[in-house]
Parts: sequence; structure tokens; C-alpha cells
Amino acid sequence: METSVWRALLYLVGIMVFAGLNAAYLGWCERKGAGRIQRRIGPCEVGYAGLLQPIADGVKLLSKQLLVPRGVDHILFRTAPVLAMIPAMTSMVAIPFSANIQARAIELSVLLLFALASIGMMAVLLGGWASGNKYAIISSARAVSQNLAYEIPMLVTVITVVLLTGSLELREIALKQQGGFWHWNVFRLENGHFLTMWISFIIFFICSVAETNRAPFDMAEAESELVAGYMTEYSSMGFGLFMMGEYLNIVVGACLTTTLFLGGWDCPLGLTPGVWWFLIKIYILIFTFIWIRWTYPRTQIYKLLNLSWKFLIPFSFANLLITAALIKVF
Amino acid sequence: MSVPLHLRSDEVFVLNLGPQHPATHGVLRVKLTMDGEYIVKAEPVLGYIHRMHEKMAEDGIFAQFMPNTARMDYLHALAFNHGWALVVEKAAGIEVPERAEYIRVITVELNRIASHLLWWAAFLLDLGGFTPLLYAFDDREKIIDLLERVTGSRLTYCYMRFGGVLNDIDDEFITGTRDFIKRLRSRLPRQYHDLVTHNIILIKRIKDIGFVSAEQCRRYGATGPVARGSGINYDVRKNEPYSVYPEFDFDIPVFPEGDSMARYMVRMHEIEQSMRIIEQALDKLPAGPVMGKAPRQLKPDAGYYYSAVETARGLLGHRLVCDGDKNPYKLKLRSPTFSNLSLFGEVAEGMLLADALAFMGSLDLVIPEIDR
Repeated sequence: METSVWRALLYLVGIMVFAGLNAAYLGWCERKGAGRIQRRIGPCEVGYAGLLQPIADGVKLLSKQLLVPRGVDHILFRTAPVLAMIPAMTSMVAIPFSANIQARAIELSVLLLFALASIGMMAVLLGGWASGNKYAIISSARAVSQNLAYEIPMLVTVITVVLLTGSLELREIALKQQGGFWHWNVFRLENGHFLTMWISFIIFFICSVAETNRAPFDMAEAESELVAGYMTEYSSMGFGLFMMGEYLNIVVGACLTTTLFLGGWDCPLGLTPGVWWFLIKIYILIFTFIWIRWTYPRTQIYKLLNLSWKFLIPFSFANLLITAALIKVF
Repeated sequence: MSVPLHLRSDEVFVLNLGPQHPATHGVLRVKLTMDGEYIVKAEPVLGYIHRMHEKMAEDGIFAQFMPNTARMDYLHALAFNHGWALVVEKAAGIEVPERAEYIRVITVELNRIASHLLWWAAFLLDLGGFTPLLYAFDDREKIIDLLERVTGSRLTYCYMRFGGVLNDIDDEFITGTRDFIKRLRSRLPRQYHDLVTHNIILIKRIKDIGFVSAEQCRRYGATGPVARGSGINYDVRKNEPYSVYPEFDFDIPVFPEGDSMARYMVRMHEIEQSMRIIEQALDKLPAGPVMGKAPRQLKPDAGYYYSAVETARGLLGHRLVCDGDKNPYKLKLRSPTFSNLSLFGEVAEGMLLADALAFMGSLDLVIPEIDR
């Protein structure tokens, strides 16, 4: 009994530290990365290489007044930023960082993560709605239609992974991919699955960019059209929580991609599996997110929806059928 | 895709785009009547930074208005300088030495490249691409440094004088300009075209969107890249030549499509043509004075005078009325952006908000020039 309490406490603190550090320092990484890409330095004044910048930003945001405009729905307006942050943080519970580091092995953890992601999306909807700002409402409407459109192909591609591994538990899925990169779901060689799984991976990756509202799919906060979208009326830590929620969603998305397709904590050559490989993989994915964001212009909401409904969804269903057939045949 | 299936007039709301909005580049306000994300009616509301420049011209002597010209189109200030100098020289009958004319052309064309680069950067920013902005500013910075050397200022130039220019250009400016042209030539294909022009997302966003017909251009008096993107081959530098432009060999890029992509391509080609003009002008640059004989106090004969120049945004006309006094009796400017913006309301009808903003970006609006 005693040890399980300590274990729970340790994981609670550990996850909060991991989430907090990521939420703060991914902002710094993003600004540094953007700086590199744009031939400038990025933050460099506060601390060595601007490393204390996130702390300075946090202090600044905390010291600002949390302005609640007249005519907003008070309860929803204050709930929304919290709702953006909490589900993303809770998702970390189910993520297996290595064979032994996982807060809780939940049997249906894949489903749990998707459910929590949907709650996170509710924050965008409620925040935009409660603000009573026309730009915010347009932004919320966009966010909902976008997330709806991209959750379908995402879930369908996850089913291919579930079929392949026969489990809905993330640790089980990762365990099935141990022993070098040729065992990873994305490159799986046996039984002809290499025909379909890389397509699954690409669809899943595109969907996770769209689900996290990142450029080029950042329709909800298209600043040249909607000022700041659903965040327009938020100041102080209300805004800060939305930003942190956004970065945490990116981390969760990268963790999920790593676990489902890239072998979790497995070493590419099958030598020294461990938590470091997991972290290397998620940060490579996160860097790819940043790289994409600072390279491409934004798409259009209807083109985005067309891409999902007319292209990704049919493809993901076809992909699912072929995967199922391959499993049946071999 | 830009025309919705049906528009119901009873389910619309009004969205005030601006005067403080990231996409309106200044203080333009557009009153949009929206049906969801579709625009039912778009009405530009002007006057937020009206400063009565034309009235100011009447209050001072002719030379005192020169700094004002740069405050209107701050992106192509030298063309506005040039236009004012031309109309006063015409009125007062002042001769300009050939070297000064060449220097005017070189600096105006450099400024035109800077203006197009900044348009490119801001347009991509409207489309959500932040990185191209800094690449374009990198190149624009070189031009600004060059112009600062000769004119003394970085943005709001007051370089032209009636009868010439303020400073002569030196060897360092000439080598610097040649180096810059070499550098931009090498960067255009990669940093500009590979990264942006051929980008599938950009093509999908601006191709076949924001269609402006040649008939609409004529009706609203649109000029410059907007008209040339709709297939109208009109450029003041070729059609009503002024200064020493007839001596140079350059083309006027014309694209008949009329969409935002066509306007984009016109401007990108104009950058190349401007570089050609500058190179030829540097090769042929004559020796001599840069300032002709001009009286200190100008008192042109009474009468009506008109001159037109081609700015980065189109035709700029100066209509000057003199009554024989030392002040202008009246000055009327015909600025290109005002006519180009007038198109917006008609074209944006039925468009999606995001498309309309991309279209607005492709018009290259400079608001202080509309609200003079």
C-alpha cells in the first residue's frame, strides 16, 4: 500500500514537471528553431542563449491583469483555458516512456488519449463561444469542423495498428515492436505490411499536425484573418494556459506517433532500448512540426476539409481494408 | 470555389475588419457583411489617416511639399518625389542634367525593387508564411543601405530637387548596386521561387482566386501590376515615357489571367526588369553635374500642369494649378492604390473571408497613399 502511494506521487510530480518543462521550453525551442530557419538569432538576451526567456515570459504573463471583457460567459470563459491544459496533461498518464516508466497501464489507453484530445478541443470551442467575439466564434467553428474531419482518418489509421498488434494498450503496442527498426510498425517487413503501414504513418502524421492546430493547418488562429482566433479576448495566464495546452498537445501527439509507429523506446539497431530513445524520437517529431510550421504558408479551411473528406478518409479506409486482408491472408 | 451556393440576406452579420487588423496593413477599415465565412458585401471605409497633404501643398512654396510626397507612399517614396519634381519642372520650365535623370531612374528603380520585396513579404505574411518575410527583408535591407548612402534617409526620402537630385552617386554606390543585383539574381530562383512561388499551398491559395477582369480594371481605373495582371499592357514608363526611360531596353510583364497569381507573377517579373534598367543605367551613366540651373524662388506661369509617373502600385498623376504665385494654387493627386482598392468591394462579394484577405494582399495597398 505504502509503495503504491509513493509511486503515484512520484509519477504525479514527474508528469507535471515533464509537462511543465515541455510547455515552457518548447516555446523557447520553437523561437530558436524559427530563428535558425529565418536567418536570425531568436531569443538571446535573458540567460545563456535566452534559456531563461520562458521563465521571464511566464512571470510577465502572471503579472498581467486577467481581463474579462463585458458580455462574456464568465464561467465558460474562465473554464476554457484550464480545459485546454488539463486533458493534455492527463494524457501523459497513459504514455509508456520506456518498458518500466509508465504511470498507469490502462487497458484502453489508445481510446483514452483520443477521448482526452476531444475534451481539449472543447476548450477551443468554449473559449471562442464564451468570448462573444465574432472572430473567436468563426475560429471556434473552424476548429470544430477541422478536428471532426481529422479525427476520423486518424482513428481509422490507428485501427490498422491495433489490428496489427492486437492490443489497445500503448505499452503492449510498443512491446510488440521491439528489436530494431525493422520491427517498428512503420517499416514492418513481415507479411507484406510494409505495403500499407507507411501510408498509415503519413496519414496519421498529417492528421496529428491538423489535430494540434499547427501551421499549415492553423485555421483556428489564422492571425492575418482572425486576429488571434479563439484566444483574441484572453490575456494574462488565460492566454498562457492556451499556449501551454497547445504545446502539450504537440508533445502528446509526438508521443502517440512514436508509440504507435516508431517502436516506442526501442533503439533503431536493437541495442540499448530505453527512455532516451523515446525522447529522441519525440523531439525529432516535434522539430519536424516546427520545421513545417516555419516553412509553409497557411492553407484554406475548405481546402483543409476537402483534403480530409475527399482524400485522407477514403485512403485511410482503403488502407484499413488492405491491412485487414493482409492479416487474413498471411 | 469562391462563389457560395446561395446567400440569404436575413442571416447575415457585420464584421468590422480594421481599422486595427493584422491583414489591413495600416488603418484601413472594411465593413464586411458576412454570411458565415462568406462575404455578402464589402465596403472599404477610408479616412482614418487623412492628413490633407494636397491642402498642405497650397500653404507652402513648391520645395516645401517635397518631404510630404514621401509620407504618402512610404514604400515607393522616390517615385512620388519624382512625380512632384517632374510636374514642377514642367511648370517652371527647368532643365534637368542628364546625369541627374540617370540617377533618378537608378534610385527610383532600386526603390521599386524594395517596394515589391516588401509587398512580397507582407503578402506571404497575409497567407500565414512568416519565414519569407525575413528573407525579403534581408535583401530589402541592402537596398535601403544603398539608398541611405545617397539620399541620407532610409524610408521617407527627400532626394529629388527641381532641376536635379540632392547628392551625386559615388563609386561605392555603383559597386554596391552591382553587387546587390548579382546577389538578388542568385537568390531569386531559390529563396523566392523554389521556396514560395512553386509551393503547392501558395499556388492553391492564390491561383484562380480574386479574379479581376480587364473590363473591371478599366471601370475602376486600376493601374500598375493589378491592370497588368489582368492583361492590360499599360505602363507609364512605356506608354507615356518620361525622364530617360525610352533609352533603356526593358519589358513590361503582362499576365492575362487576372487572378492573384497573375498579379504576383507581374511583380516578380518587374523586379527582374527593374534590375535590367538599373544595370543599363549604370553602364551608360554620363558624367556631368547632378543639379541644373533652377531659381531659388519658383514662380511658374499661371496654368494647368500634369505629369504622370509609374510607381510600384501604378499610375501616379499630379495635377498642378498655378496662378503665378510662389505657392501652388491647387494640387490634386491621382494615386494608384485608391483606384486599386475601389475594386475590392465588387470582387470580394461572395468570397470567403480568407480568400478576400489574400486578394486584398495581392492588390498591394498602401493606406497613407489612399488617405492623403
